[in-house]
Amino acid sequence: MALLEIVDISKGFAATAAVDRVSLAVEEGEFFALLGPSGCGKTTLLRLIAGFETPDRGRILIDGVEINAVPPYARPVNMMFQSYALFPHLDVAGNVAFGLKQEGMERRRRAARVAEMLALVQMSDYARRRPHELSGGQKQRVALARALARMPKLLLLDEPLAALDRKLREETRLELKGIQERLGTTFLVVTHDQEEALGMASRVAVMNRGTLVQTGTPADIYERPNSRFVADFVGAVNLFEGEPVIADGASCLAVAGVEQPVPLPAANAPAPVALAVRPEKLLLSRQPPPGLALAARVQSIDYQGGQSTVHLQTPAGRKLRAQLANAAAQGLARGDAVWASWSPDDAVVLTR
Amino acid sequence: MIGLGRWGRRALIGLPFLWLAVFFLLPLLFVAAISFAESADSIPPFKPLVSATAAGLQSNATLANYRELAQGCLCAYANSLGNAALATLLCLVIGYPIALAIARAPGVWRHLLMFMVMLPFWTSFLIRVYAWIALLQPSGLINRLLIASGLIGAPLPLLYNGFSVELGLVYSYLPFMILPLYGSLARLDLSLVEAAADLGAPPWRAFLGVVLPLTLPGIAAGALLVFIPAVGEFVIPDLLGGPDTLMIGKLLWQEFFDNVDWPAASAVAMALVAAVVLPLLAAQRLLARTGAA
Amino acid sequence: MSRPGGGAFRVSALALGFAFLYLPIAVLVAYSFNGSRLVTIWGGFSTRWYGALAVDDGFRDAALTSLEIGVMAASAALVIGTCAGLAMNRFARFRGRALFGFMLMAPLVVPEVILGLSLLLLFVAAQRWLGWPASRGVVTVTIAHATFTSCFVAVLVRAQLAGFDRSLEEAALDLGARPFAVLWRITLPAISPALVSGWLLAFTMSLDDLVVASFVSGPSATTLPMAVYSSVRIGVTPEINALATVFLAIVFTMVALAGWAMARQERRRVAAL
Repeated sequence: MALLEIVDISKGFAATAAVDRVSLAVEEGEFFALLGPSGCGKTTLLRLIAGFETPDRGRILIDGVEINAVPPYARPVNMMFQSYALFPHLDVAGNVAFGLKQEGMERRRRAARVAEMLALVQMSDYARRRPHELSGGQKQRVALARALARMPKLLLLDEPLAALDRKLREETRLELKGIQERLGTTFLVVTHDQEEALGMASRVAVMNRGTLVQTGTPADIYERPNSRFVADFVGAVNLFEGEPVIADGASCLAVAGVEQPVPLPAANAPAPVALAVRPEKLLLSRQPPPGLALAARVQSIDYQGGQSTVHLQTPAGRKLRAQLANAAAQGLARGDAVWASWSPDDAVVLTR
Repeated sequence: MIGLGRWGRRALIGLPFLWLAVFFLLPLLFVAAISFAESADSIPPFKPLVSATAAGLQSNATLANYRELAQGCLCAYANSLGNAALATLLCLVIGYPIALAIARAPGVWRHLLMFMVMLPFWTSFLIRVYAWIALLQPSGLINRLLIASGLIGAPLPLLYNGFSVELGLVYSYLPFMILPLYGSLARLDLSLVEAAADLGAPPWRAFLGVVLPLTLPGIAAGALLVFIPAVGEFVIPDLLGGPDTLMIGKLLWQEFFDNVDWPAASAVAMALVAAVVLPLLAAQRLLARTGAA
Repeated sequence: MSRPGGGAFRVSALALGFAFLYLPIAVLVAYSFNGSRLVTIWGGFSTRWYGALAVDDGFRDAALTSLEIGVMAASAALVIGTCAGLAMNRFARFRGRALFGFMLMAPLVVPEVILGLSLLLLFVAAQRWLGWPASRGVVTVTIAHATFTSCFVAVLVRAQLAGFDRSLEEAALDLGARPFAVLWRITLPAISPALVSGWLLAFTMSLDDLVVASFVSGPSATTLPMAVYSSVRIGVTPEINALATVFLAIVFTMVALAGWAMARQERRRVAAL
């Protein structure tokens, strides 16, 4: 039995459906990510689970028990708010102890638990400080400690890394993973940053416009997207959209900007609409390779330290993107004429 | 202001500063001075503090006024402080739910509701107090309704006593409590209340533990805006009060207009100032700390 | 946050609160149309009290006096209060700032009887030593009103300045405007809501003041509140109800006009975008 089960949940505001018939299950001990662009309904879904909104239809179950009618203060769920929502009139220790006080935990145990939590997030020295004296990263740790203090079955995190600068984001990502593994608590993260989701979570659900588009491991989502939306939203992609045609006895796609029809991999699904090729799977060479190859000219090279992104354009105007290690990108210059190709196994057929 | 220059700056500060110093501070010093004067049958009705006689300058200062004060009716002071304190408490208890309801209302409604709270304030205060007389009389609307509904047999004495004075005070000063309370509540970050609920606090606990402490500045501002003026209130005890509801404001008025005893009135004024100076300084310190006016 | 129980509580709090606030007003309006002179008897619908009010010389003269004082006091308060608000907002440190702050706040809360008495003593002493004012009346009341209402104006101006974007002034200076021109053309227009509401507030408070006016006025100048007060002292005068209703109607109309004007301005602004 899954820890969290969301069954056919819908929630609308005014005329729009923020969440439209979403069902998913999160297993105990998972680090689960809800990924999607802003406005896709992920935050609404989070608030439904926390209890700040009531669903129009559907059920939410924790450990098999339906909690639709249970108010937020009685749910075994705690949330780390995007704005941290630290109580300005309490110090750090007071904030962390707040939930324990509501539980009725007696003073000595409470103090011990607070100390334990502060040590977990490495904020033990800041117990007496007030929220306004803390930096953004420090506030976040306190918010995390506070949300974990009651040892909830499920911890909800609303855009936990959004307010941090890049370096801090990476460090915090690792720390969050570490803490989750140590405690074994089930984490459900909501984010619009696909790097975050793929990097932290063991399973990811992609949402768009209120519906769940694809659920799977980060590798599933990245390597085998099930739609143009997922292919495009998660990571960069070369998307070849076109009409299915038969050429030389093989199924192909007639793609705008590409002279020959693009052959589809042998085992293909009915009604294909697009072919997705990740930039790192695109091979560039000076001589035309055997099989399908597209002639293109180098437009620009983005040097990114360990790798380079090469932007290309075909004579017909179609833009391509390749990701190469620097060694391979050496020798390429703006205006060079190259041939772009890929292995058939590296291309994904999309039916929607 | 950038580039305004020394004289521009001096003018900007100087104009209001001088005006208030001359027409607010200086007069208070006069009150202090006259409180030591001897009342007389002249115009103005007091002997000058210092008069020139054949023997040189002679001081006519006296402590008689203060002695009279101490021996006289201290009940007026007790009444004033007590009534004002009770009124402040009632305004808080009544005003808080109203301010809360307005702060939680959807955006468009909020301005409309605050406007409706302030609207009575824009119509004549005097006449509204006077309207309560009609309502509270033995043959007034309230008594008639109570009798007609069978709740009481004979009219209740609702007028010219402590009850009517208290009612008048609460009625007049309620908007002054609601306004700062609303300001504090509107600025409250709602995610803090959600966080409290998320951490296990039922609504009443979330209110006591989070909302109330964070609206303390608003409560303090409202309390000051009600208490201090209420202590020296004149119109309400005069129109709605009775013989045993004498308050300082009325005492001062009587000394001044009825007894034509300006020095005595000044002494009463000084006592009143003493009664409010501590809350006043506390108010200044509190407002400086929260950084708002 | 949606909490069904909470909603009912809130609505009833509002309903009771407003019923309390508006009960006397409803009574005043209702009885202004009462044919009978007594509140205990309803003598049918009648506008006789409005008629009586219209021909009452005493009230009319008092009203005119009050209006005259109100306009002058509010205008003076606007100048003084705006300067004070600007000074407190822009100059973080100057000699006497603490005292200045105190003088701006104290009149807001000091009981009116003290304000009135103290100013009267000032005027008496001034007459004795400087020969001015020769007699107390419109001028002294105006000065008194301007003094305590200017503090309210200062509060409003400061609040509005708090949200004002200084870079607008910097841009104007950069484009060659002199400091005074910046003040006149950029800053003051930007805080005009505070200036308008400040003037209106000062005007209303001046019109409504009984205590201070009673102390500092003279035989020649009876303000409307003073006339109402002495009338109330004597006995029941239903004309007062009519007067209150007229007041209410005027305020309502003014506010409705102001609201309509602001809405129109907002529509124009949006259309221009």
